[in-house]
This record gives sequence, structure tokens and C-alpha cells, in this order.
Amino acid sequence: MHHARPTRWQAVAATPEFRSLLRSRRRFVIPATVFFIAYYLALPVTVGWLPRVMSRPVLGPLTLAYCFALSQFAMAWILLAVYLRRSLGFDVRAARIRRRETAELTDAER
Amino acid sequence: MTPRPSLVMFAIFVGITLVVTYWASGQSQTSRGFYAAHRRIGGLQNGWAIAGDYVSAASFLGVTGLVAFYGFDGFMYSVGWLVAYLAVLFLVAEPLRNTGKYTVADLMSFRLRGRGVRAIAALSTLAITIFYLIAQMVGVSALVNLLLPQLGDVAGIVAVGVLMLVYVLFGGMLATTWVQTIKAGLLLLTALALSLLAAAHFHFSLGDFFGAAAAVRAGGASVNLLQPGLLFHGTLGAWNLISLGLALVLGTAGLPHILMRFFTVPSAKAARTSVAWAMALVGTFYLTTSFMGLGAATIVGKDHIGRRMFAGQAISYIAHHPQQETALDAQLERSGYIVPKVDSNLAAPLLADEVGGSLLTAFVAAVAFATILAVVAGLTITASSAFAHDIWFSLIRNGHGDETEHLFVARATALIVAAMAIVLSIALRGFNVAFLVGLAFAVAASANVPVILLALSWRRFARFGATVGMLAGLISSLALIAVSPVLMGKHALFPLENPGIVSIPVGLIGAILGTLIARDRESEAMFDQLQVRAVTGLGAEV
Repeated sequence: MHHARPTRWQAVAATPEFRSLLRSRRRFVIPATVFFIAYYLALPVTVGWLPRVMSRPVLGPLTLAYCFALSQFAMAWILLAVYLRRSLGFDVRAARIRRRETAELTDAER
Repeated sequence: MTPRPSLVMFAIFVGITLVVTYWASGQSQTSRGFYAAHRRIGGLQNGWAIAGDYVSAASFLGVTGLVAFYGFDGFMYSVGWLVAYLAVLFLVAEPLRNTGKYTVADLMSFRLRGRGVRAIAALSTLAITIFYLIAQMVGVSALVNLLLPQLGDVAGIVAVGVLMLVYVLFGGMLATTWVQTIKAGLLLLTALALSLLAAAHFHFSLGDFFGAAAAVRAGGASVNLLQPGLLFHGTLGAWNLISLGLALVLGTAGLPHILMRFFTVPSAKAARTSVAWAMALVGTFYLTTSFMGLGAATIVGKDHIGRRMFAGQAISYIAHHPQQETALDAQLERSGYIVPKVDSNLAAPLLADEVGGSLLTAFVAAVAFATILAVVAGLTITASSAFAHDIWFSLIRNGHGDETEHLFVARATALIVAAMAIVLSIALRGFNVAFLVGLAFAVAASANVPVILLALSWRRFARFGATVGMLAGLISSLALIAVSPVLMGKHALFPLENPGIVSIPVGLIGAILGTLIARDRESEAMFDQLQVRAVTGLGAEV
């Protein structure tokens, strides 16, 4: 299972390629997580404390609350699509690091 | 309602899945095959299996009923259960696949080596899965009593327990995956068909459909099901809603039986694809709860849905002696028991009866049984891996012991877990099912999620912090539920039904404080390796 000593992992962790991949991932994942949790919690908060406003019909008989709830489905699927697109780039960069490291490893073993 | 066609259809489902189990039994002779289906499940199929593992009878019967009764407030469950997958997608699916082997404890003990962390992680996995398992099995008894009273609920529980044991013992993860995949397809088909038939009733006019839902006649008055506040009202209702929302949205990322599915795929990319498929399927299903629930309220009529849920034997007693219902109520009230509320769980089958006739009702009932069966199989295999892999193999045998022993212990555990679930759920018949599922979600969100997230992202995170965090989350969530209105009624010491809003922060603070108290150089030294593995997939288990 462990085909490299911990020091090797630290060396990989210090490479600029890895640091920049980590930074790019974080730059997407952290704001996206904060956004979806805030967007989701806004639903119980507005429904709980502004029930009058949220009961107002806005789209035919559909109330503002129901439209907001349905928009959560759209939000989840859109964020999913954005992440799937973004992660294609992450995959390529991760594969490059993986290839380089395994190649060096086989050289070292030889 | 007609029992025979639903039994025949259920028998067909069982027959097909048993053939799959027989085929899979040749492929689960190693622990890697038994727990992780040789990591050969594709992203698409794993997505279907996650959906099959996740959408339980609580969603199909329970949420549909809640929407039929409380409209918007019931739909809040659906929203939370879908949005929760974003946490799984962004934070845990890929790192877990890249760093784990068979269980959640693998990830934690990767950098947090030592017996304590692994033992507590395995314990919280066992606690969560067993609560979840009992909830599903208790659901069987309710379903049998409501749909097939002549079968008897004990016979129903035993039959489901034995069947799921056959899948798990002989087919391992591969058979379980197929059972879940087939069931997810059937369930989605049923939900879509019911929604279309409900919409057809209004000649496919969404305006008419929602218009009817905005003015549902109930008890002589007109109720607007599209308005919030029918289930959760006032300030206490608002806090209840937020606490439940937090547990739902964070809990999924800590549910061991869902996380375990990520070890069955070949790569992190396949793990991500499977979450994407699961989100498409689960989201579509939860959208249909709106149509099924509002359809049942408007077409069947809210007043006609509520048969009542009685505890255990009372259910079958009333099924046989319906004329004595009122006398029994009065007796319960006199003896100081809570008179049961009207039960909303029949909304989906009743809608089927109204829009599709008895054959569709039978099909819906069979799908509901299949749903429970698939979920309990997934839970049993999770519990058995937590014990065999984390407690027996890693702790008691200290990593020694061969494949044969490993598999034997895993299968023996599955047997014990199933027997325990059968006995406990017979004892707890009539207990509130939603409460048990809520317990599982709250424990997962409080005990597992903070520690998983900190282990993946905080260099300084220490073993002592993981231990304190998991124990604090586990104990606080269990204790708060014990003193909540769900168990103590009016005399509750804690006002909210779901402990999430308190126990999740308690778990997180426990993990942080424990880390700040005890510096852990070994865990810090492992952080680079963990991060490189999690992000690049270098050295991942194959």
C-alpha cells in the first residue's frame, strides 16, 4: 500500500504544481460550499421569520416560499454542472503530477 | 387494497435479485470483493446504487405523506436531502476514494493512527447504521400492517431480515449494488408514473394542479398547501426547521452506508461521476414528491388519507377489529398514553389506487417493500465491515489474520447485525420511524462530519481532537434526543425535536479543543501525504 516513504510525500506536497492545484481547488470548493449552505439556510430562515412575505403567491398560485424551494433544485444542479466542468481541468493537472511521480519512483527503484 | 398482486410483484423482484445474488456469490470470495465489489462498479451504476441506498421508505412513503398533509413544510425535507449531496460532492467523495480502503474509519485512521480513533469511528458507524436499520425494519411492520394485515408484522420483519441477509452473505457488495440499482430504477419509474398520472388528472395543466393544491378542502375548511407554516409554526417552529435543515444538509456527508459506496468505484473521477448521477436521480425523485404529495391531497382528498398509526400490536388489532377503534382511543387516553396521530404514510399507495387502480397500488406496495429491502442490505454490509475490518481485524487481531478469517468474521457480523435488527425492530414496532432516521442523520452530522472535514483540511488536527470531537458529537446528539419532545413530550428539557443546531457545533468545538490541548506531531507529519493522496489520487487503493 505504501510505495513511498513520508519524506517523498512531503517533497510532492512542496512542488509548485501541487500547491497551485490545491489552491485552484480551494478557490472553487470553499466559496461554493459557503454559497450553497447560505442559499439553503436562507430558506428555513426566511420561511421561519418572514412567513407573511413568503406566503405571497408570485407565480400563479405558487408562493414565494415554494418557488424558493424549487430554485434550490436548480441551484444544486447548476453548481454540480459547474463543478463537473471545473474538475476536468483539475483531473488533467492531477494526472500530470501522478505520472511524473510514478515515473520518478520507478527510476529510483531501478 | 389487494394483497395478492403486490405479493406476486414483490416475489418477482426478489426472484430477479436472488438470481443476481447467485451470480455475484462467485465474485465475493475475497474481502475486497465482499466490501468493495473489486472496485469495478462504474460511475453510472454507482450513481444508481447511491440513489437506491439513499431513498428509503421514509422518503417514498413518509415525505409523500408529509407533503400531502403539510404541503410546503413537508417538501422542506426533499430540498434538504438533495442539497446535502453538494457537501458530499465538494468535500468528501473524491478524497475518500483516494485515501480510504473499505470504511470511513480508514480515512480517519490514515493520519490519526492508533486504536482509539479507529475504535470510536467504528462505534459511531455501528450506532448510525443500527439506528437507520431499525428505522427501516420498523417501517416494514407499519407497511405490512397497513397493506397486508393478514400477513402479520412479525412475519414481515423476519421475512425482510432473512432476505437481506441472503443478499449480503452470499452476494456481498456486488449483489447489494445490483439490488439497489434495480430498486432505484423501479422506484423512480413508479414516482414518475404517479406524478404523470396526477398531472393527467388535471389535464396536464400545472396552473390547475397547483391551483387545486392552494385550496384543498380539509375538515370543512380550505387549506393552502403551498403556504409555509402548516407543520412548523412560530419561533419554535423556525428553530426546529433550521436545526433539522442543518442535520439534513450536513448529515449525508457522514452517513457511512453512503460513503462506503465510494470505495466500490475505480477512481476519484468515477466517484465524482457517481455523485453527479445520484444527484440527477435523487433530485428527480424528490421533485416528484411534490407532485405525488399534492396530487394525493387534491385527488384522494386530504381527509381520506389519514388512517392512524398505532403502536405495534394495536395496529394489527385494529386491522382485525376496526369497529373498536374509538373504544381503544378512549382507553389509551384514560391510561395516560398519547393517542396516535393520523398516519400520512399511505398517501402514495392511495394516490395509486385513485389514479391507476388496484394493479398500480399493488405495484407501489411491492416497490415500497423492495425499497426497504435494498436499504437494509446496504446498511447491514456497512455495519459488518465496520466491525470486521475496523474492530476485529485492525484492533483485536492487530492487522493479522488471513482472508478466510476476515470474510468469516464479516459474514458472522452480518448475521448478528441482522438478528439484532430483527429482534430490536420487533420490540420497537410502532415507534416513530422518522425519529429514528432523524437520530441517525443527527449522529452522522455531529460525530462524523466535523472530524472527517478537519482530518482532510487541518494540518494541526490531532488524534485527541478526533476522539474528543467524535465522542462529544455522539454523546451530545444522543443525549439531546433523549430529552427532546420526541421522547419526553411536554416535559422535554430540550425544546427542539432535532438536536443538530446544538450537537453539530458541540462536535466541531470538541474536535478543535481536543486538538489545541494535545499537540500531535505524528498526525501533522502525515498531513502532507494525506493531502497529496486526496488531491492527486497518487497511491490510491485499486
